[in-house]
Amino acid sequence: MKVALFIPCYIDQFYPKVGIATLQVLEKLGCDVTFPLQQTCCGQPMANSGFASLSKGCDINFVENFTGFDYIVAPSGSCVLHVKEHLQDDKHPQEALHIRNTIYEFTEFLTNILKVESISASFPYKVGMHNSCHGQRGLNLSSMTERMLPEFSKPEQLLNMVKGITLSKPKRNDECCGFGGTFCVFEEAVSVKMGKDRIKEHEDNEVDYITGGDTSCLMHLEGILKRQGSKTKTIHIAEILNGFCELVKSE
Amino acid sequence: MTVKHAALAEKFIADEPRTDWHDETLWFVREKRDKAAHGLPEWEQLREWGSQIKNNTLSNLSNYLKEFEEKATANGIKVHWASDAKEHNEIIHKIIKKHGIQKIVKSKSMLTEECHLNEYLQHNGIEVVDTDLGERIVQFRKEPPSHIVLPAIHLKKEDVSATFHEHLQTEKGNNDPQYLTEAARQHLRNKFVESELAITGVNFAIAETGGFVVCTNEGNADMGAHTAPVHIACMGFEKLIPKAEHLSVFLRLLARSATGQPITTYSSHFHKPRPNQEMHIVIVDNGRSKQLGREDFRNSLKCIRCAACFNTCPVYRRSGGHSYHTAVAGPIGSILNPNLDMKANADLPFASTLCGSCTNVCPVKINIHEQLWKWRQVIVTEGYVATSKKLGMKGMSFVFSNPKVYRFMGKMGRGVMHLFPFMVNNKLNIWSKQREMPVAPKESFRDWYLKNGKSQK
Repeated sequence: MKVALFIPCYIDQFYPKVGIATLQVLEKLGCDVTFPLQQTCCGQPMANSGFASLSKGCDINFVENFTGFDYIVAPSGSCVLHVKEHLQDDKHPQEALHIRNTIYEFTEFLTNILKVESISASFPYKVGMHNSCHGQRGLNLSSMTERMLPEFSKPEQLLNMVKGITLSKPKRNDECCGFGGTFCVFEEAVSVKMGKDRIKEHEDNEVDYITGGDTSCLMHLEGILKRQGSKTKTIHIAEILNGFCELVKSE
Repeated sequence: MTVKHAALAEKFIADEPRTDWHDETLWFVREKRDKAAHGLPEWEQLREWGSQIKNNTLSNLSNYLKEFEEKATANGIKVHWASDAKEHNEIIHKIIKKHGIQKIVKSKSMLTEECHLNEYLQHNGIEVVDTDLGERIVQFRKEPPSHIVLPAIHLKKEDVSATFHEHLQTEKGNNDPQYLTEAARQHLRNKFVESELAITGVNFAIAETGGFVVCTNEGNADMGAHTAPVHIACMGFEKLIPKAEHLSVFLRLLARSATGQPITTYSSHFHKPRPNQEMHIVIVDNGRSKQLGREDFRNSLKCIRCAACFNTCPVYRRSGGHSYHTAVAGPIGSILNPNLDMKANADLPFASTLCGSCTNVCPVKINIHEQLWKWRQVIVTEGYVATSKKLGMKGMSFVFSNPKVYRFMGKMGRGVMHLFPFMVNNKLNIWSKQREMPVAPKESFRDWYLKNGKSQK
């Protein structure tokens, strides 16, 4: 199984440890992982700001880097969703379509494709789960309270396999954290207020860590936590699954 | 110049306890909605039916409108057509003038808010009294409603007490809701008795029967329409549904989505004027046919104005309805208003994190967050975007389209400022106003990978 690792720009620059954890978990699970070296950004910052026309260069570069793999995996639901919904390359439409159909968010890849059933990992902390909107509602990684459908959560399914972990959910389990890409800058007041409210609900549960599948949400929450001088830390789900663990792949 | 959503939101949030209260109150309504919806195993099926009935209506609109006009006219209702807000207001004014009426009562209608009917009539010397309690409160305060179902949700009982003290001479500082409601009740009762003409909105107009349905929890539409000798109902043309049997779907969806009630307290059916009464209906376009023609946005006309998208929207709950500076606020307003005036409302599609909750809560399955995304593209293409943002985006596009430039910029300090130059154009780094910047690591993932991972390219 040839898997290409997509490490979004801000993870590459600011959170290499998330990239490392993602790579190591995938390799432990026996994937033949390649990191295409000329990758940059998925183009979402421009497209979500209304400048989809300016993300063409990113699209072309993305297709060039990620053609020829069985799967593409990234530790960011948001970037994956963008690629899935909007990647286009007029000169290589088939390749672009293949990428859109085979790109996976990290936890979805582990649960749906690798079908991981047990993890001999341990993380003896109180952990609050943050559902990122693009992962949850966009990629359908977990159920939402708006819809009257059976409850499920792919990230929690994985975290529940971790020894010693105490998982908790905030009161409003699927509320947005307020990051929203460039929203966090252009609507700073609302963005920060949303983040503060998200943090408060997690801190009411006395968590040691807030985790999630989107580094961008965690970066926003981390920024507020640090400014508040809070003891609560953020950690990407890949780091929890990699940090102390041995993963067991089901047949 | 429009005061932008972000600035108005910041002003609202400055009073943090009030923002929390606003957020919690609306979330309470959202939770009530969840409970009510969970009580129906067929909820998702109802949504699908609601959506399909509206799709059918919008696809055959001219036929249904024709059918409605014929049936309504046969029932004795006078049907008027208004192409825009101005015409809508003039038609109503003409009817009022014909009867020489000075005092009218009005039940809640977001369409008349959209058309600024109150201002127009007051300018022409006619007293208009909004009879929905929330609407009356904001009318006293000369404010627009901040929510389409709960018009005064931004106000606390202390605010209402002060307003009533000023306008109804209630006891100063008496915040007892029962006392205040009773004062409003007495005041409004007089207005109903005095009034000679009642204006109501329309929730559903039925092509098959030529009748219409008005939903209120206070019965105020009925109080007005049943006493006045003239009843004018105003509707946007998208309020139409083909058949009476379709009401069963919408009446079940509407109240549950709006307030978590199984059904609205009063769902009043009007089919013809009573003896010696005159009944008019004004059917308004005001940009709707333009929206119908915009393939990407026509779905927005399915809206039944339940405001579930308001209550679920994490941005609306923190920014308040007035931050949207339009008659219809919230997520649905943000896709309807750019159609009415793209320049004035160019900021609204950006007042969202695109979290998608609005789309999933919508009882008629409007793809709200996708339309917000699409409006952003249209607004940028039409040029209604700040030059600084445009330059920043061009800069980012250049950086991210060139791997070598991207890596150079990253290395140059691993600063958000370098990678996301549009932030620099805001003069100050807005990110760090209330947040710490991420700590830049010594090496990027790629640098680490080249040293420690296996390189295959």
